[in-house]
Amino acid sequence: MVLLKCPICGNDVNVPDDSLPGEIVEHECGAQLEVFNSNGKLALRLAEQVGEDWGE
Amino acid sequence: MIIGVSYDLLRWEEKDIITEARKSGFKAIPIFTKDFYSIVGVGENHNELEADVIIQRNTSHARALTTSLIFEGWNYNVVNDATSLFKCGNKLYTLSLLAKHNIKTPRTVVTFSKDKAVDLAKKIGFPAVIKPIEGSWGRMVAKAVDEDILYSFLEYQEYTTSQFRQIYLVQEFVKKPNRDIRIFVMGDEAPVGIYRVNEHNWKTNTALGARALPLKIDDELRDLALKVRDIMGGFFLGIDIFEDPERGYLVNEINGVPEYKNTVRVNNFNVSSYLLNKLREWIKK
Ligand SMILES: [Zn+2]
Repeated sequence: MVLLKCPICGNDVNVPDDSLPGEIVEHECGAQLEVFNSNGKLALRLAEQVGEDWGE
Repeated sequence: MIIGVSYDLLRWEEKDIITEARKSGFKAIPIFTKDFYSIVGVGENHNELEADVIIQRNTSHARALTTSLIFEGWNYNVVNDATSLFKCGNKLYTLSLLAKHNIKTPRTVVTFSKDKAVDLAKKIGFPAVIKPIEGSWGRMVAKAVDEDILYSFLEYQEYTTSQFRQIYLVQEFVKKPNRDIRIFVMGDEAPVGIYRVNEHNWKTNTALGARALPLKIDDELRDLALKVRDIMGGFFLGIDIFEDPERGYLVNEINGVPEYKNTVRVNNFNVSSYLLNKLREWIKK
């Protein structure tokens, strides 16, 4: 596991080592977070809202 | 075989494709669209992306279309290619192509005026369904039981931010059973499908709580699905079909980046692995 910080509440979030960018993580503070690659390291940011053109 | 997976949101399907590819001894390269860029121009180097085929899995239609265009410009095999994604993404384009090739669809009117839309809706009869020319997961799709309600929906649409807000698409409400059919085409086969059943909502999108049940694909459905694929192009399609009591099968919509988690679950059919095998056959040719 990789220990990351929630960008919303600042608390710790554990993310699996093999997480890929775009993976969605629900944090206990209620935030929906997205894993992304920040200069070669995994990091978290607020997930994108569902877009008008999303779907299958 | 090296498989690129182009995606913006890592859903169950994208993870499953990567897992199944690696299980089969293929190399799977995730391509996260939001970190992706392209410099367009002669001599610009893009060869660091090594892939025999790229599977297009972006949730955003705009990102899917754009990245397929870029990969095609770089001469990669992309499933699905931008042209078929565009045909599937625009409901008017889909319906026009199907009609041109004698595939039955729900009766649909398209106009640029609200009054005309109401006039024409009277001809096809109420209830009538209004839907955006582009859009998914059943968003902004509404059933109008009479003229007044239809007019209100047309007005609502006019004040949305959709680029197609002044194009009105009204469709007959097909008196189908409380289910519709979703069939998956992969390459030259249509091996699996589901019924989508919703007892509580006339919309049968699984995103809106419809249940999936296994579907047995007979020859008529299989032939229809493969004919649709010939018309639309593409390699991996999800075809939505209504059962009309009088006219039989009506093709409603076609999905160019189909979701299939529930299909795998209720049919016990490994869609990712089937797709990967079909891609390998295709690449060899
Ligand atoms: Zn938090």
